[in-house]
Amino acid sequence: MSNLNGNPMLPQSFRIERIKNETDDTFTVELQPSKNVMDLSFHAGQFNMLYIYGVGEIPISISGDPCSQDSLVHTTRVVGTVTKAMRKLRVGDLVGVRGPFGNPWPVEEAKGKDVVLIAGGIGLAPIRPVVNYIIANRHAFKNVVMLYGTRTPKDILYPREIKLWEKKHRIHTFVTVDRAIGNWDGNVGVVTKLVARAPFDPQNALAMACGPEVMMRFTVRELQKRGIVDENIYVSTERNMKCGIGHCGHCQFGSEFVCKDGPVFRYDKIAHLFDVWEV
Amino acid sequence: METLERFLAEHKFLENMKPEFIEQIVGCASNVHFPAGEVICREGRDADKFYFIREGKVALDIHMPQKGSISIMTLEKDSVLGWSWLFPPYRWQFNARAKTDIHAIAVEGACLRAKCFNDHEFGYDILQRFSQILAERLQSTRLQLMDVYSANG
Ligand SMILES: Cc1cc2nc3c(=O)[nH]c(=O)nc-3n(C[C@H](O)[C@H](O)[C@H](O)COP(=O)(O)OP(=O)(O)OC[C@H]3O[C@@H](n4cnc5c(N)ncnc54)[C@H](O)[C@@H]3O)c2cc1C
Ligand code: FES
Repeated sequence: MSNLNGNPMLPQSFRIERIKNETDDTFTVELQPSKNVMDLSFHAGQFNMLYIYGVGEIPISISGDPCSQDSLVHTTRVVGTVTKAMRKLRVGDLVGVRGPFGNPWPVEEAKGKDVVLIAGGIGLAPIRPVVNYIIANRHAFKNVVMLYGTRTPKDILYPREIKLWEKKHRIHTFVTVDRAIGNWDGNVGVVTKLVARAPFDPQNALAMACGPEVMMRFTVRELQKRGIVDENIYVSTERNMKCGIGHCGHCQFGSEFVCKDGPVFRYDKIAHLFDVWEV
Repeated sequence: METLERFLAEHKFLENMKPEFIEQIVGCASNVHFPAGEVICREGRDADKFYFIREGKVALDIHMPQKGSISIMTLEKDSVLGWSWLFPPYRWQFNARAKTDIHAIAVEGACLRAKCFNDHEFGYDILQRFSQILAERLQSTRLQLMDVYSANG
């Protein structure tokens, strides 16, 4: 997507075309430019700054298909002021959009390799474009594994699509929940535990992980135990943002800026920032 | 016996174990099968065995008054079910139910404890492997308790 007027600080007006409730606290919006025809292309892993008029602006990953440029798709979880206000918007309402920003997932480098995708909670939203890209180029990738963990069965995002990934696209998909409720018959336990028995060749695999930072720390350890080297592990990080383009310093993560050097980082570049005491 | 020995030698939990140690376990082991739905152990009952899961899925749950059973973990192929046989009072700490047909190797707890006592090198190896499982389960439980996916996670 081109930054309008060449000015990345100026939000473009987009109209909400569709809203879909994914779970109790998470919803997906599809956006269309309200005036001009625009290039909506993006790379998997990039994000937009969404401006809810009169309330505030937040970074939200693009969760649609990078191979289709019909609309901008964002899946958002309600946590605070801006996301709550966004939840109240209706079809036809306007949203300001700046972007796309950020360093994407290394989908090109993953070609010819096994791919291990690990998502926790809302972290599936930024990973879904990678899955879409892989599906569109399935022959270019070897074994593809998706490990997805959520809090409870009712927090699982995109359940229908997940089934298709497994059935139609040869993506080995394992879903687990931290707490089983209702008649859930699937796996119970933390997502990090799935790494040990996932079907991939550590010598020729590239891993991409997105979720809460604690989850990713333990995920990285499990990947290392399996023998994947740090250079083949990528993680997506989150920090509060303002400008989104490396000017304000709000999103600083050590010497890196999450908005411009991330949100996707190769693990060896930020390993020192991930290191924390044993919990 | 030979097949039991082979199954045990191939089980991930016993990876790189000395053949003579595997033989010691074989002396306390037998093949077992649980059809889907069957209860394998009940919280509070005597933990006189543990199991090497060869095939199938086991659900671990705890009974909560007024809430019924809460599933806390799923175990699969290559996992070990049960560590309560190691420590007094040798009672199961949770319920385990076969989610699918289970093929496993059952090991008599008292038999193995006696062997650990008589051969400390063997006992140390067994304890080290079980400690690793306990540490991993503790880590997983901590992550579950942290509730990392909650809105404040
Ligand atoms: C690069 C990037 C991509 C992102 N992509 C997505 C996405 O695709 N979908 C999505 O839902 N969110 C995404 N986020 C997170 C999103 O930006 C925040 O949830 C949002 O800014 C919160 O704004 P708010 O005003 O609603 O909450 P605030 O009022 O700022 O915060 C309210 C409460 O929520 C907590 N909180 C704030 N942010 C988070 C968070 N990220 N996780 C958990 N708790 C939080 C705060 O600590 C506070 O307690 C992304 C963040 C970054 C940096
Ligand atoms: S948000 Fe301003 S520098 Fe990253």
